[in-house]
Amino acid sequence: MTGADAQAGAAQDLWADAMLAAALLAVDPGLGGVAIRAGPGPTRDAWLSGFRALHTVDTPWRRMPPGIGDDRLLGGLDLAAALGAGQRVLQRGVLAEADGGVVIAPMAERMATATAARLAAAIEDGGVRVERDGVAERLPTRFVLVALDEGLEDELPPEALMERLAFRIALDSVGHRDALPISATPDDIAEARAALAEVAPPGEDAIHAICSAAEALGVWSLRAPRLALRTAAALAALEGRDVIERDDLSNAARLVLSPRATRIPAPPEAEPDTAEAQPEADDADTPQDPETGGEDDGPDDTDRGQGALDDIVLEAARAALPESLEDLWLATGAVSRAAPARSGASGARLPAARRGRRIGTRPGQPDGSAGLDLVETLKAAAPWQRLRGKQTGSAGSLRVRRDDFRIRRFEQRSESTVIFVVDASGSAALQRLAETKGAVELLLAEAYVRRTQVALIAFRGEGADLLLPPTRSLARARRQLAELAGGGATPLAAGLETAAMLGVAERAKGRTPLLVFMTDGRGNIALDGGAFRTRAEQDALNACRRIRSAGLRAALIDISARPRGEGARLAEAMGATFAALPYVEAGRVRDVVRSLED
Amino acid sequence: MRVVFPFSAIVGQSDMKQALLLAAVDRTLGGVMVFGDRGSGKTTAVRGLAALLPALPVIAGCRFNCEPDRPSPACDGVCKHAGVGTTPSPVVDMPLGATEDRVVGALDLERALTLGEKAFEPGLLARANRGFLYIDEINLLEDHLVDLLLDVAQSGENVVEREGLSVRHPARFVLVGSGNPEEGELRPQLLDRFGLSVEVRTPDTLAERVEVVKRRDAFDRDPEGFSKAWKSKDATIRRKVAAAQNRLDAIVVPDAVLEMGSRLCMAVGADGLRGELTLLRASRARAALDGRDAVTEADLRQIAPMALRHRLRRGPLDEQASTVRIERAMDELLAA
Repeated sequence: MTGADAQAGAAQDLWADAMLAAALLAVDPGLGGVAIRAGPGPTRDAWLSGFRALHTVDTPWRRMPPGIGDDRLLGGLDLAAALGAGQRVLQRGVLAEADGGVVIAPMAERMATATAARLAAAIEDGGVRVERDGVAERLPTRFVLVALDEGLEDELPPEALMERLAFRIALDSVGHRDALPISATPDDIAEARAALAEVAPPGEDAIHAICSAAEALGVWSLRAPRLALRTAAALAALEGRDVIERDDLSNAARLVLSPRATRIPAPPEAEPDTAEAQPEADDADTPQDPETGGEDDGPDDTDRGQGALDDIVLEAARAALPESLEDLWLATGAVSRAAPARSGASGARLPAARRGRRIGTRPGQPDGSAGLDLVETLKAAAPWQRLRGKQTGSAGSLRVRRDDFRIRRFEQRSESTVIFVVDASGSAALQRLAETKGAVELLLAEAYVRRTQVALIAFRGEGADLLLPPTRSLARARRQLAELAGGGATPLAAGLETAAMLGVAERAKGRTPLLVFMTDGRGNIALDGGAFRTRAEQDALNACRRIRSAGLRAALIDISARPRGEGARLAEAMGATFAALPYVEAGRVRDVVRSLED
Repeated sequence: MRVVFPFSAIVGQSDMKQALLLAAVDRTLGGVMVFGDRGSGKTTAVRGLAALLPALPVIAGCRFNCEPDRPSPACDGVCKHAGVGTTPSPVVDMPLGATEDRVVGALDLERALTLGEKAFEPGLLARANRGFLYIDEINLLEDHLVDLLLDVAQSGENVVEREGLSVRHPARFVLVGSGNPEEGELRPQLLDRFGLSVEVRTPDTLAERVEVVKRRDAFDRDPEGFSKAWKSKDATIRRKVAAAQNRLDAIVVPDAVLEMGSRLCMAVGADGLRGELTLLRASRARAALDGRDAVTEADLRQIAPMALRHRLRRGPLDEQASTVRIERAMDELLAA
């Protein structure tokens, strides 16, 4: 077989599994759903239309836009109906509307963690809890979620959601020629559903085989084996059987467990001899070896039959894995999020900077920046309707007055990066640095609340260094700052330029940069490193103007014992807040930063 | 009402189960925060807890679960003349995406629209009064709701000033939160509010894992049947909780143990007095659950990690070090 043939064969296998997953989800929506990793295109479309063809025409089918709000997702008050009927009328959200059907989530890799948590709760509970706008209700809903993941390597849909979807399928390597339609019809599915109800529960040996395969693959969450067993039952039903067979378990392991693997187990025949010496080698039990069979000290008897079944199921899952660990991690995303030991990069993925979040309403007049909150306005007007009706003598129409108006309040939630730029030159440097460290730590300790990052640039000698790249980690900052030293000449212009560059870069990431300079404003090294005071001052002023024209927010803290006006002049040139603090104190510095943030 | 997975059928997770039971015995403990892996049964345990709580005596039909002889001012007319009744101890779930009006209560829109009346419609905080308030994924809760909860939890009272309403009613509840720190940090002020914090992990022995999956599968297939099979075990726990509640006030705390608690807090540098108080109360609750009359050093030792771990000053990076520090301090103190 040529390489090209092998590739085509692999693509066909992938596609076959993708369509098998589609059929299984149609048979048992309790499998949660599927994450499809593929760019938009004919292959993905072929899967979606193939999936749709398995459902009857009246099956609810909802698309969930990436930035969906809670009112549409979960539901809430139907205001128009409420006003008309004089009673609360619940407006269902997308999740409740999709009961018995399918929810498609495009661009799932960009989905906010909070949205994922709401979806996960609905999948888990089989319902949506609505506690919104005066409406309290639980709406039952069972839907299949199709998460369309168009992300690159390091972008994945939130794990809380992925966890609850039985299948993960990568279609990127499948060409649309391989994407053949499947022949099943909604009638076939209905038949399989009827068969599913008859499938006998998995026996202890089946549960053991799936659990031990999951363990060998490093799949820790216990939802995965549960979904695999459910998949095995659906596979049996698809073939009209009422018993889960060995192949069902093997296929289920391949479909559900392999894509979640975080490690590659050794093939069973690889170490038959060493297994004897190490009775704990539970990944590589051989059926011939009675020594290694029963080491789990579990209640179940692990005789030869069990060992053999375990091996068969694990082998099926293993065969679907890439050859190297590196490829595996590439295929399944960052391993650190799946592994139980949280080593390496912390998995904390923050949602992208948000535009500001509604935090309520207040009385006031709507204008360009503050929109009218219709519901709240009408709620404010509601209690007075009868009275006002009597006064005007007219009936029927709604009487809303100016002081009923409620406008939305938004919280400014652009997350900020405070960039400290410290003059580390001269003799006072050490103490200044110590105080600056204090301020950095103070801000970081409070940064949880404000979601602030802190960076530190120091300039001394011939140039400026980024000593602490933007971070929220107090521990990291402490480590980095411990090694900071001071002394030497004052390359002020370089400090200003470096800060401006970092500021612009941070803004490009969607954060709000705040520049805080701590200097006496007396630079003596020019940008090119030359020690000419006049040119140094000119360079510094030019850098300040650039900061101003870039629209970066800044503060300059003059730390000289007797300010002579250089600092104030620089501050003016960059449009910065100015403060003179001859004795730098962490608390005062923090206050300056606070005033910048507000 | 939906059938929930029985508490007694949860495999392993002894720390989490114990913390929840301690909070059920002594509600002044300050609640429980459960951190942990996905799929490790956090939500299952909290939901299962409801079945273990003894019924509450209340003013019949009271919207705030007021105690029979202590109606709140907000009960005006509605509750005063009603008789005495009981209600199952509330375990109220606060879903993500709940709006503020449903949490604190708000103007009853329906009555306003139809009758032109200003009436207060109680929210989730009212329903949770004298019971448990559970927030899953509490680290994803919106900040303004967190602020609100902190305020109410502090004062034990919910003050509503909105839409021309002015209402205050008691809102004393045991706050139970769960979350996965990988999805976002918990605000330190909020974390500090919790009396106990426990960490749950997915079981790591194969036998345990098989048992978890087996029971869950059995439950999914036949929730009623499964629950019935575990009913008597749940009932045993419920009796233990009720008995422990009754004997709680009679538990003796020897001076030596008190002193040991203070020394432990000082040794590990736990912030504030709340740590000491929680340590003491939780130890007492443990002794009560155990059917004993006095707190021992063993109680203290066992409780210390969950009572103090989240109160140590530490950098965000040394997550696991806290438990180790507490255990080491305990060893040193006991050896001395």
